[in-house]
Amino acid sequence: MKKILIPLLWLLSSLALAQTAQPTTSDPLSNKRAVALSEELRCLVCQNQSIADSNAELAVDLRRQIHEQIAQGRSDQQIVDYMVERYGDFVLYRPPLKATTLVLWMGPPLLFVIGLWLLLLYLRQRRSRVEVQPLSSEDRARAAALLGDQQGKQS
Amino acid sequence: MNRYLLPLGIFLVLVVFLGIGLGLNPREIPSPLIDKPAPAFDLVQLHEPGKSLTTKDMQGKVWLLNVWASWCVSCREEHPVLVELAKTRVVPIVGLNYKDQRPEALRWLQQFGDPYVMSIVDGDGRVGINFGVYGVPETFVIDKTGVIRYKQIGPVTPKALQEKILPLVAKLQQ
Repeated sequence: MKKILIPLLWLLSSLALAQTAQPTTSDPLSNKRAVALSEELRCLVCQNQSIADSNAELAVDLRRQIHEQIAQGRSDQQIVDYMVERYGDFVLYRPPLKATTLVLWMGPPLLFVIGLWLLLLYLRQRRSRVEVQPLSSEDRARAAALLGDQQGKQS
Repeated sequence: MNRYLLPLGIFLVLVVFLGIGLGLNPREIPSPLIDKPAPAFDLVQLHEPGKSLTTKDMQGKVWLLNVWASWCVSCREEHPVLVELAKTRVVPIVGLNYKDQRPEALRWLQQFGDPYVMSIVDGDGRVGINFGVYGVPETFVIDKTGVIRYKQIGPVTPKALQEKILPLVAKLQQ
């Protein structure tokens, strides 16, 4: 009995989860636009999900807003502006480049350049350290003696 | 000894930044509506569905707009604070009943007390979106000219009231 019941429950549970953004219009082009837009916008309730992914009530409402505004003939940019006016740059997964977001945009390339510079500095220092040690005649004699010794043992 | 100083320095900087990060609340997103005119609305009243309230009716007064719902758990937490504030009559509070059912909202006010000079109904959450509401409760401080001056995200705590909201209200009322 258990052998049948558990896989059955498994199947049923996946049915309960299969619930994604419901399209509200039948026009495929505006649906596509609505989905693309809602994937670009971050849900404020569950912050790691886009409006398209989230099932939070607010996300449902905002998806409805997007559909309505597309039906009203507003452009994508106008709809994005509408969201930013109300919720700020935070709703955008790709925030605009301005004074407050400068560190966000410039930080990673800057860190990369600093890292590269440090690496080059280190490599150059290491090379000079290796080169600055010529062998003295004493060292050579010792090395020859050791090598000769070893050769004698091996033969 | 010197060779340990750089990694130690980097580590300390990291600790400071992560420490600051721990102290921040990621749920508090700065509102772009601060210092902008409050969105215009024309909503029916909760107690008298035949009447409505518009943004213009509140002009000339400093007032609070409190977004709440009977299904909102944190609203229960802040409600006694609002009831106490209403008793002092320092500032009128307008309640925006957000995505709620009228009978439940009315029962809630009866049970926990009604701190609002007026309750208005935003059944489908459209006015909420215009105000950038994303987590109930939220409270807005609106000045005499209808400009939003402050937004409290989450429950109004006695501390937020004493340290931020009341001093701001006093300043705006002058």
